[in-house]
Amino acid sequence: MIPSAFDYAAPSTVEEALGLLAAADAAGDDVKLLAGGQSLLPVMKLRLADPSMVVDLGRVAGLSGVTDDGDSLLIGAMTPHHVVATDPLIARHVPLLAQAAATVADPQVRHRGTFGGALVHADPAGDLPAPVLATGATFMIAGPGGQRTVDAADFFEGYFTTAVAEGEILTAIRVPKYTGWGSHYEKFTRVAQQWSIVAVAAQVRVEGGTIAEARIGLTNMASTPLRATAVEAALAGGAATADAIAAAAAHAAEGTDPASDLNGDAAYRAHLAQVLTKRAVLAAVGL
Amino acid sequence: MTATAEIGKARLRKEDRHLVTGRSRFTDNMVLPGMLHLAMVRSPYAHAKITAIDTAAAKSSPGVMAVLTGADVAGEQGSLPNAWPITPDQKAPAHGAIAVEEVAFAGEVVAVIVARSAAAARDAVELVDVSYEELPVVMDLEEAFTDKVLAHTALESNLSATWVFDSAEAGTGSSVQDAIDNAEVLIERTLYQQRLIPAFMEPRSTVVDPTGEQITMWSATQIPHILRLMLALTLGIPESKVRVIAPDVGGGFGGKLQVTPEEVITVLAARHTGKPCKYTETRSESLQAGHHGRAQVQRLKLSARKDGTVTGLSVNLLADMGAYLGLVTSGIPILGAFMYNSIYKFPAYRFECHNIFTNKTWTDAYRGAGRPEATFAIERMMDELATELGMDPLAVREKNWIRHEEFPFTTVAGLEYDTGNYEAATAKAVDLFDYQGLRAEQKRRRDANDPVQLGIGVSTFTEMCGLAPSRVLGSLSYGAGGWEHAQVRVLPTGNIEVVTGSSAHGQGHETAWSQLVADRLGVPFENVEVLHGDTQISQRGLDTYGSRSLTVGGMAVLAAADKVIEKAKVVAAHLMEASEADIEFAAGSFTVKGTDQSTTLGEIALATFAAHNLPDGFEPNLDSDATFDPVNFSYPHGTHLAAIEVDTETGHVGILKYVCVDDVGVVVNPLLVEGQVHGGLAQGIAQALYEEAAYDDAGTLVTGSFVDYLVPSAPDLPHYITGRTETPATSNQLGAKGVGEAGTIASTPAIVNGVLDAVRHLGVRDIKMPCTPSRVWHALQDAKTTGGVQ
Ligand SMILES: Cc1cc2nc3c(=O)[nH]c(=O)nc-3n(C[C@H](O)[C@H](O)[C@H](O)COP(=O)(O)OP(=O)(O)OC[C@H]3O[C@@H](n4cnc5c(N)ncnc54)[C@H](O)[C@@H]3O)c2cc1C
Repeated sequence: MIPSAFDYAAPSTVEEALGLLAAADAAGDDVKLLAGGQSLLPVMKLRLADPSMVVDLGRVAGLSGVTDDGDSLLIGAMTPHHVVATDPLIARHVPLLAQAAATVADPQVRHRGTFGGALVHADPAGDLPAPVLATGATFMIAGPGGQRTVDAADFFEGYFTTAVAEGEILTAIRVPKYTGWGSHYEKFTRVAQQWSIVAVAAQVRVEGGTIAEARIGLTNMASTPLRATAVEAALAGGAATADAIAAAAAHAAEGTDPASDLNGDAAYRAHLAQVLTKRAVLAAVGL
Repeated sequence: MTATAEIGKARLRKEDRHLVTGRSRFTDNMVLPGMLHLAMVRSPYAHAKITAIDTAAAKSSPGVMAVLTGADVAGEQGSLPNAWPITPDQKAPAHGAIAVEEVAFAGEVVAVIVARSAAAARDAVELVDVSYEELPVVMDLEEAFTDKVLAHTALESNLSATWVFDSAEAGTGSSVQDAIDNAEVLIERTLYQQRLIPAFMEPRSTVVDPTGEQITMWSATQIPHILRLMLALTLGIPESKVRVIAPDVGGGFGGKLQVTPEEVITVLAARHTGKPCKYTETRSESLQAGHHGRAQVQRLKLSARKDGTVTGLSVNLLADMGAYLGLVTSGIPILGAFMYNSIYKFPAYRFECHNIFTNKTWTDAYRGAGRPEATFAIERMMDELATELGMDPLAVREKNWIRHEEFPFTTVAGLEYDTGNYEAATAKAVDLFDYQGLRAEQKRRRDANDPVQLGIGVSTFTEMCGLAPSRVLGSLSYGAGGWEHAQVRVLPTGNIEVVTGSSAHGQGHETAWSQLVADRLGVPFENVEVLHGDTQISQRGLDTYGSRSLTVGGMAVLAAADKVIEKAKVVAAHLMEASEADIEFAAGSFTVKGTDQSTTLGEIALATFAAHNLPDGFEPNLDSDATFDPVNFSYPHGTHLAAIEVDTETGHVGILKYVCVDDVGVVVNPLLVEGQVHGGLAQGIAQALYEEAAYDDAGTLVTGSFVDYLVPSAPDLPHYITGRTETPATSNQLGAKGVGEAGTIASTPAIVNGVLDAVRHLGVRDIKMPCTPSRVWHALQDAKTTGGVQ
């Protein structure tokens, strides 16, 4: 459990960090950003990754915290899971994120691991990407050429790959407010502390017994998080009843491409997606 | 034996204070001047020829002092020991600590780096260039039995040995074939015991100091005494030149009942460099290369009459040795051979076991060692019989078990069970469980077609504990005896030191032995110090495994304490000018019968130390030794009941209620017993639902970290309702039985029987362990497509 030797830098501004990345790149160094270290350090200790330089974002000012920005919230990339799970603004306006963050690992990991780190790491079984996708957030990325934004729909590109390019830093995530919506994150695991086998993030707006709008995200049903668009379409305008929800949830596996592993084969995951979607939506509408 | 002030008292563990305040001393905490660090180069292939090893780059890496390959140590490393040749013609491959020509499992050591720091050693691992020529691998046990692919090129067959017990031949019962031929009901099943990993909390670690005339080894081991002897034999060092110390050891579960390649390699490295050397494995190495457990295919035939009376059982076993035979690998299935008949009195039994090599990590003892496998098989079969006959599973068991008035009872496997009361334990469990109430709830859910079905899992068990009568071990060709040694020393202050040969690694011996001695000698609990785990302090011993510590080691402690009393009586008589026959001993005082004249053990201790006024010819020393060899095993038993919820939509299995009533005889410390039961239940439940060491077809361990090897933690386990009945054993003076393995043995079948009871009416006949949600769901789907008929 000893990583290879590496150089270490702890910049205090985003600009300084970007400069370090650029310089390392120019020198041909393999450089990695360090956020909470909860994904990076294990792979370094297993020597599955051996960067020659690590740039620690831990001392960069202004990257952590949740702020109210009109019709959206700004969540700093370095905001720990624990804060996302307990922050009053998030609880009020996007409770789905708090519900998902609370299912990540254990208290120790939640105090160290960060919102941005989890999103850039983009593990298909990770619990933050699908909810964030379901919220239609935008990602704020700083790079050598300045700041750019990427929509959630374009952010997750594949297994452990996102729109954040080498030399860039994810600084914040802008999440629209869903004040008054019902939400639920339904995570299925074999033991309490486990990555999702499958999980479903649901946000619904109910108006007078009808589901006016639904946003459903799927965890671990493909190499990237997915929107269950067929379910969303089937729910929208339909009755907020158990039968209607179950019928809509039957579309959950459409367009998915889940992996097979020790926790279940693709057929099982496809089935789980339907059951968990039903449960997530039922809970979101309060049934 | 009646409860006294100490025996039966729920004392907190003495050993916990230093552990929970971080003043522990585990092997990895050892730092010696000039100490070097080891890192292993391990084979990524499950079966390959080593064609070349280039160590030049590693040797010139900063901080590296030596790189040793198998070729470098071939002449001195010997072959790792197997102490249990179960048959005279048992076959085993040579097993060097470092592979020389061929590797037979992924993770086998091919070279070792010795460096000034652990980091330097680890860095150099990548610089060793090993050329392999891959060979075909055989991973599946049933396929290995066909010999189509050989696990070792040097062996002609994968079969190590075949061992048979037949009650008709042994004269302990009748012929199974007759029973099967005349069966009114015949149940045939094949059950699978998946591979498990002991997953102790402290990874294995070894420090060897070669300076001085003697080699001193600190190791995270369960067996310092056996290790010392085996190191001496393996490496050709005089036993007197080896000292083994097991300091604080963080769990073992059988996984540290081994003489490991890494221990031998650390000695070799220390010998080559002349410096103290340390090796501590990573968790991944521990999971990959520490020995595994279970891994059997059980082909079973049970014959019975229509009224539920079992008439015979035939067991045909394939046991996965993995790639090598470890210390007792070959004997593990044999430990189960005597337990398939469990608490039942059927008259005919045959056990045939084939020990087979595969290209996997070798297997060996894991909590229960053979006995959980046996109990699982018979308890699953009893449920199958109950289902076949439409009987209640408890009624089938009651019909067949030995009634309490029938003890002592000689079983069809030839053991003599001294005592037991299965009726009492079962009645208490049924009561605590609300058996009838839960059956009613089960019916309600079935009738309502509830998505969450309820199953009731039943398991009874007994096991042979207190390993072991030396003669019995001899008759099974085991390489050693089963006695245990103790010494009780009386210090001048009257304080007591107890030296025990059973080396604890988490059990709480220090507390229990203090209670035993405080009780026997009438001294305060706090005044007793228990010493163990260092072959220079406790010279004689056979260590800790097989629920043997109290029933064997504890009896040696009591016997030694009794000898102290006898010696002290002589001094007491002398000091009080009375006849020895008139001296009575109670509660720490020696009294002259019928008088108020008395003296304490403390006063006698001081007088003996001063030796100014002792009887002529009396050696001024009260210290006493005792070695206890049991005449029989002890046979704890119990009834476990589990209410299992199966979510038929997801296949998820939950435990609604778990009740166990264990009869472990007289209890010295109920808190320690409760701890053993809880931990045991967790491990047994883990086999039923969570854990499995899985390999891919190429021979790579897929569950190589705790991300994939799922050890349950507190949130995954239910609140246990534990009860006890107390039927004292007659095989030892205390009436104690063993408790170390009880929970592990009975819980696995209780859970799986419960899972099947929940879904059998939906057409499911069997689910392989671990019963993962995906397996349960697939079983339900398969049952649907076959219409529930198979
Ligand atoms: C025991 C354990 C259990 C876990 N269980 C779960 C679970 O159940 N569910 C779950 O979702 N997760 C789980 N995790 C992962 C956890 O959520 C991690 O915290 C997260 O995946 C990574 O976040 P981090 O801040 O630790 O990132 P790091 O490990 O520091 O970084 C991860 C990657 O992202 C890059 N990166 C980080 N921040 C930025 C940034 N701002 N800009 C650009 N690149 C960046 C890094 O360079 C690195 O490549 C678990 C982790 C552990 C150790």
